Amino acid sequence: MTNALMHDLSITLLDFCLIIYATGAVASLLFLRHEKTATVVSFGCSSVAALCGLIACALALGSGTAASNQSFELFRSLVPYVQFTVRLDPLGAFFGMIVSLLGLALSIYSFGYARGFFGRKNVAVLGAFFNLLLLAITLVFLAANAFFFLMVWEIMALSAYCLVSFEHEKEETRQAGVLFFVMSHIGTGCILLGFLLLFQASGGYGFDLFHGIGAHLSPGQRDAAFLLFLAGFGVKAGIVPLHIWLPAAHPVAPSNVSALMSGVLIKTGIYGMTRVFFDFLGTPPGWWGVTVLSIGTVSAVLGVLYALMEHDLKRLLAYHSIENIGIILMGLGAALMFLHSGHPALASLALIAGLYHTINHAVFKGLLFLGAGAVLHSTHTRDMEEMGGLARNMRWTALFFLVGAVAISALPPLNGFVSEWLTYQSLLQGFGATPSLVRLMFPLSGAMLALTGALAAACFVKAFGITFLAQPRSDHARKAHEAPVTMLLGQGILTAACVFLGLFPTSFLKLLDPVTQQLLGQELSGQLSLANGLVLTGATAHGGTVSTLGITLMLVCLLPVPGVLWLVFARRSKTRIGPTWDCGLRGLTPQMEYTATGFSKPIRMIFKTLFRPRREVQREYDFSPYFATTIRFESHVEEVFQTRIYRPLNRLVLRISRRLRALQAGSIQAYLIYIFITLLLLLIFAL
Amino acid sequence: MNLNVTAIVLQTALLLLLAPLLSGCIRNWKAKLQNRRGPRIWQPYLDWIKFLRKDMVISEHASWVFSFAPYVVLLTALMAGLLVPTIIDQAPLSLFGGVLALVGLLALGRFFLALGGLDPGSAFGGMGSSREMTIAAIAEPAMMLAIFTVAITAGSTDLSHMVQVTPGATWSLLNPTHVMAFAALFIVLLAETGRLPVDNPATHLELTMIHEAMLLEYSGRYLAFMEWGASIKQLVLMTLLVNVFFPLGIATSASPAALGLSLLAYLAKLLALCGVVVLIETTNAKLRLFRVPDLLSAAFVLATLALLSTFLFQ
Repeated sequence: MTNALMHDLSITLLDFCLIIYATGAVASLLFLRHEKTATVVSFGCSSVAALCGLIACALALGSGTAASNQSFELFRSLVPYVQFTVRLDPLGAFFGMIVSLLGLALSIYSFGYARGFFGRKNVAVLGAFFNLLLLAITLVFLAANAFFFLMVWEIMALSAYCLVSFEHEKEETRQAGVLFFVMSHIGTGCILLGFLLLFQASGGYGFDLFHGIGAHLSPGQRDAAFLLFLAGFGVKAGIVPLHIWLPAAHPVAPSNVSALMSGVLIKTGIYGMTRVFFDFLGTPPGWWGVTVLSIGTVSAVLGVLYALMEHDLKRLLAYHSIENIGIILMGLGAALMFLHSGHPALASLALIAGLYHTINHAVFKGLLFLGAGAVLHSTHTRDMEEMGGLARNMRWTALFFLVGAVAISALPPLNGFVSEWLTYQSLLQGFGATPSLVRLMFPLSGAMLALTGALAAACFVKAFGITFLAQPRSDHARKAHEAPVTMLLGQGILTAACVFLGLFPTSFLKLLDPVTQQLLGQELSGQLSLANGLVLTGATAHGGTVSTLGITLMLVCLLPVPGVLWLVFARRSKTRIGPTWDCGLRGLTPQMEYTATGFSKPIRMIFKTLFRPRREVQREYDFSPYFATTIRFESHVEEVFQTRIYRPLNRLVLRISRRLRALQAGSIQAYLIYIFITLLLLLIFAL
Repeated sequence: MNLNVTAIVLQTALLLLLAPLLSGCIRNWKAKLQNRRGPRIWQPYLDWIKFLRKDMVISEHASWVFSFAPYVVLLTALMAGLLVPTIIDQAPLSLFGGVLALVGLLALGRFFLALGGLDPGSAFGGMGSSREMTIAAIAEPAMMLAIFTVAITAGSTDLSHMVQVTPGATWSLLNPTHVMAFAALFIVLLAETGRLPVDNPATHLELTMIHEAMLLEYSGRYLAFMEWGASIKQLVLMTLLVNVFFPLGIATSASPAALGLSLLAYLAKLLALCGVVVLIETTNAKLRLFRVPDLLSAAFVLATLALLSTFLFQ
């Protein structure tokens, strides 16, 4: 096919994608009273739309037409400055691919998942907002005009708010919804101010006008813009310390929405940062990269540490999103540092590492949330302490969750390992490429990345082991049943994506060429692949190589070792099923099993300066404390950011507003004076 | 891409056969130092062959993960071993991954080992898994930082390349960077292989056990795979230490004479390292679990100092 044809095809499919999402949102509402029809219509529409979007973005990236795509108007606007322009450029297409891939898997999953709400909640509303959110996120990645961007950004936040508050009869949900709403708008405020700064220099709102605008700003303005965008997009991405909405809002949403939020919604923050830092603001000063790298490192370590303390399966996954955003930011921060020190090729490597981790995280976190959703669907609880033994009744879900757990723990040969390997490589090469003591940042961040990876592995041993292995800890868990086929299919798609992204990184990296070409003028995929694309390299002569495919094949080739041992020695041995050894007591009960809280206790004790764990034990006994009749146990971990930052801040705001209330006395005369003084001040200012 | 099948097969055989010998030597020497007669150095071979012949009892609560874990532990340890140069300065599968892949593979084995510990639903297993993952997590940054220091000096994460540049001009035995990184990695080795100040490999059924606690429900050939895997892991980490820091005598060509000499040198270095481990094991008591982080933070500080010294001495 010729390029022109490819271009037309991708744009047409993109139009289809947007139209079908919109149709799905509206059509779903037409069937308010018919749950089954509404489910089929809304999730059918979103599946088809996501598929169109996926093909469109993959075509645009794969054929290289994305680089030359021009912006076009989606529909005509009647107001000056406000233009509804979209553009399928490489960066947008890459993120569009992520949202479409996840959207497809989630929509298929939702056919089965929505059935859990029948008779309880209105599925039509869920379907409508689900389509609207997907539409808004897709448009965020495609918008080519700051006004339109902010508009769809708000639609995205509002529809996400509606979805978070879907089960609004629970107090917890309402609180989480409001927190999300408030934080999200603080972020939007920062972004708005940032765009105004850029507008001052460019005189227009088109993203093509913003390209490289940093050169026309004064250093002070540029730094201000950087900080505003970092905070604004950082809230959405969930960086520490702006993350507090994330572990509150993600768990209470329906699981398909949690997956979408953790997988893609927070990536809009990453998209925004990449767009602004690399496309708009030009060559950065040194401290930008240092800031982003430090924030990334801190977010990664704190995210995983808090995740370890959770025994609510979905909150645990939500905290892991903070960790992974941190890892992505390590890549972006390193890229900014390289850009500052004049190494565009290394900057591309670091950016590729960050972006690769972005899609990887979307895929495995989506998968894990879907698994958690299936568990919730079947056991009606999110508390891991009540689960256990689910691998027996939920074989496929367990397998898919295990794949996701291995992937997120950055273990070879799956995708998490590949992107962290790239991150390590770029950090290691940063040491040589950077003058001055700043270079020590790189290996130290690398060490923290190692800590993060190992803690994540510990956390997922806990998450998988306590949820799916051993004996069921409650009746719910004992009666668990496998999820319906559509839910398994949704998880299956993402599992396949994890395996593909893990085993064939070199084929996938080609799709990132247009992105690095657009932002940094480099194409690295050729340098990153060796030996017919079977081996990934760190882009320098002896930097290091890895081949996940090779490792996997070799592991299979080594199977004869245990095989021969069995054949020679163990052929005649028999296998018997017996009870677990119970120290001579009368049988093991589920109460004797290790709990999620118990599992993470050593880590809680080691990091006790951070967690400040508190525990209360009350015993009632007749003659000796060792034979308690009733026992009550409570254990808490302090959330430092809530108690040390947000609560004092909250009190401060309330105190100031109480003082300010005196102004609002209710007398007309006083108000007239205010107006007069304001007018005077404005006149003086104008002079 | 040319894969040398002979080299792969030979190295696999070397790893499989040498690992029990080292475990046996350590056990025997430790007993000698404590004025006991101790088991013969061949005892691990006999033990594991016996385990292989025995019938297995599998817990009624266990799922397929329990049976899958022993294979993962054994195969990842072997695979990791194929990434390290042993008696020739070119590891057979260097192209498939360097030191980062090695650490990843060992972590994959540990992941499944810990799941295998949790699966039968015994409190011992859970306790072992919890502790193993905790210690691994705090050992990891020290290990990576020490490895980074070496990788930065060698300019590569490829182990063969590291071993090849080590005898070069920039390296000397008493280089402070070198010494401190070695010390850090040695402490990590003790933690990773469950050696004495961290875990006591000789305890069985004590509340202090870590590695043994996870294996409690394993029997028969699965137990053999698990123990053999752990032993290979120990050999791999020791090889990493002796060959990256002291590549003396390693063969640079595949001639039989060079390989023979290199094998002798390799054995001598490994046995010397075992001797150090034995000395430490006999002269130190086991640390309380919550004192282990102090030891490992010492390793981390050493690794940081090593890194700083590369900066100072350049």
